[in-house]
Amino acid sequence: MGRDLLRFATAGSVDDGKSTLVGRLLYDTKSVLADQIEAVQRASVDKGLSTPDLSLLVDGLRAEREQGITIDVAYRYFGTPEREFVLADTPGHVQYTRNTVTGASTAELAVLLVDARNGIVEQTRRHATVLALLRVPRLVLAINKIDLVEYDEGMLRAIEKDFTGLARSLGFADEAVQTIPLSALVGDNVVERSARTPWYEGPTLLGHLESVPVVGPEATAPFRMPVQYVIRPRSAELHDYRGYAGQVASGTVRPGDAVVVLPEGRRTTVTDVDTADGPLGSAGAGRSVTIRLADDIDISRGDMLVAADTEPRVTNEFGATLCWLADKPLRPGARLLLKHGTRTTQVMVGAPEGRIDTETLTEVPADTLELNDIGLVTLRTADPLPVDDYADIRATGSFLLIDPPTGNTLAAGLVGTPLNLTPAE
Amino acid sequence: MTQALDALDALESESIHIFREVAGEFDRPVILFSGGKDSTLLVHLAVKAFAPAPVPFPLLHVDTGHNFDEVIDFRDSIVSRLGLRLEVARVQDYLDDGRLVERADGTRNPLQTQPLLDAIVENRFDAVFGGGRRDEERARAKERIMSLRDAFGRWDPRKQRPELWNLYNGRHAAGEHVRVFPISNWTELDVWRYIQREEIELPSIYYSHEREVYQRDGMWLAEGPWGGPRGAETLERLSVRYRTVGDGSCTGAVESTATTLDEIIAEVTASRLTERGATRADDRLSEAAMEDRKREGYF
Repeated sequence: MGRDLLRFATAGSVDDGKSTLVGRLLYDTKSVLADQIEAVQRASVDKGLSTPDLSLLVDGLRAEREQGITIDVAYRYFGTPEREFVLADTPGHVQYTRNTVTGASTAELAVLLVDARNGIVEQTRRHATVLALLRVPRLVLAINKIDLVEYDEGMLRAIEKDFTGLARSLGFADEAVQTIPLSALVGDNVVERSARTPWYEGPTLLGHLESVPVVGPEATAPFRMPVQYVIRPRSAELHDYRGYAGQVASGTVRPGDAVVVLPEGRRTTVTDVDTADGPLGSAGAGRSVTIRLADDIDISRGDMLVAADTEPRVTNEFGATLCWLADKPLRPGARLLLKHGTRTTQVMVGAPEGRIDTETLTEVPADTLELNDIGLVTLRTADPLPVDDYADIRATGSFLLIDPPTGNTLAAGLVGTPLNLTPAE
Repeated sequence: MTQALDALDALESESIHIFREVAGEFDRPVILFSGGKDSTLLVHLAVKAFAPAPVPFPLLHVDTGHNFDEVIDFRDSIVSRLGLRLEVARVQDYLDDGRLVERADGTRNPLQTQPLLDAIVENRFDAVFGGGRRDEERARAKERIMSLRDAFGRWDPRKQRPELWNLYNGRHAAGEHVRVFPISNWTELDVWRYIQREEIELPSIYYSHEREVYQRDGMWLAEGPWGGPRGAETLERLSVRYRTVGDGSCTGAVESTATTLDEIIAEVTASRLTERGATRADDRLSEAAMEDRKREGYF
């Protein structure tokens, strides 16, 4: 067993110092190499700066540098002896929903940045709402720029208290939230513990990232696996081999397990959990395997293998929450394509039943959904789909809506209403 | 308590999932295969994704004509061992009939784009697997796992689709194609550790060997049909190895005595230069060199 892998996302408003924080993490974990540092030093001198601007380490495209904006989610990689990290770095400007949804969809943890001088602002609430909606299991509030408020404990405790209240109202358990006062510019509490915050007893940001559990809620959920591909070698020695290839979406599968093939509903037994390296005694969420079954059933791509007796519901009609990601707005009654697991089917989208106002955390009326809107709809699909509520199993409660003429992804869909709003105190 | 997959297992499973999605949704996929370590890794993962059945895709090599013999021999041995079909698109053919002209600096990497795009059109490939990784370079950090290219093969960073969960949207119109990067989330060190764990065979030039080289722009280049030392540059015999393998005219060797994977991993861990910064003149052409080449349809 080697090091494991934590996928996490960052979110924050413009000017909260997110690029500097990400640059600091890369720099202090020695993930930035000499030629990259030299390039940043050259560019910093060109811009008339006296110290290297670490944010330049993470600026991507020339189009962005020229316009001083960040277009999209960028992925960063670093590692320590404890763990490897994949960081989805999401920009904080106006397209925040689209980018935060994208970055958060694969994250087991999100770092939300605020400026210590401003505390919790509207953008913080909006980001936290999206992270709660996407059911990111763990949250870090990074209170940045504490050097600019003289490391004032009272001020930082007040921000922490505000945020704890917000996180609770969004449904986060207290133990899933960690507040860390830090300065990305100076380096306080990012990798090295700061001597200037003796009152802070929690971990540094990196220490926390290295020690939080990586395993998400999928690990203990019932078994689900969308079938991607049927493997049939048709060779002389493997004439009768028929394996169903897929990535375990949730739960664990073992030889001998009773499973049901959905949507059809036939029940059978797993005989083998194969990999190219040989059979496995069990395979958990995230593992790509090839499953063989006791009975000869007609199974193809798009079907789903699920644990018998804890099956998802199979339905043509369900309520869902949509994060609208495209410039082209939702036209009520539109016929679109829906991709769920490995199945793509036609779908009719009803008129929005409401839109979530991410500032007030309330549901407001809506006639359509536009870019960055989050709304509630009822969907009718051509083929029946085995769906779980997104709140229960992310992998089988999520789907894409696709525009048939252009092929563009229009919306990220979540089955049910995963954002369980409880009134704030 | 359920154990998390270790990092290499998690990356392997993700890559296998991507190969299978493409096999399930596209009609004519192809794997770009140069014989270099990243494309050799791709082929290894493809074999694992479809075992015990054979890989259901052919391979495509865009041949600059500036090759290392060891790499071509290796390429051919992999192809025959796996029984796969290999298509070769030759830059030399384009130079011979005037569709392309040799660059003043002799570098042929940028000349690969046109033969690549023509091969995609002629073979009607709709999904093209490449070994690009997001840790390589800034323009690649924003690349999608499935990246849509228009009928001219161009990449428009503003028109890429958001990628959510592990649901990939590979829809494309006739004439368009999708570039697929199954090892997007691997780092250089992950690649080497996995090569070691899986005992994947590589061309010998990745291991340290004696070679006649000359220094240009801070890189050690080998003499070859693409030219040799000019002016005050002189050949020296050094112990070197390659960290990347591309067009011979612009792929530099690094001084090294690493003859085993353990030693290479120790070197990569301690290295102070990225593999592209250290050894690829093509990426040094300008600040935005990779971004520009990607827009034109490069790998």
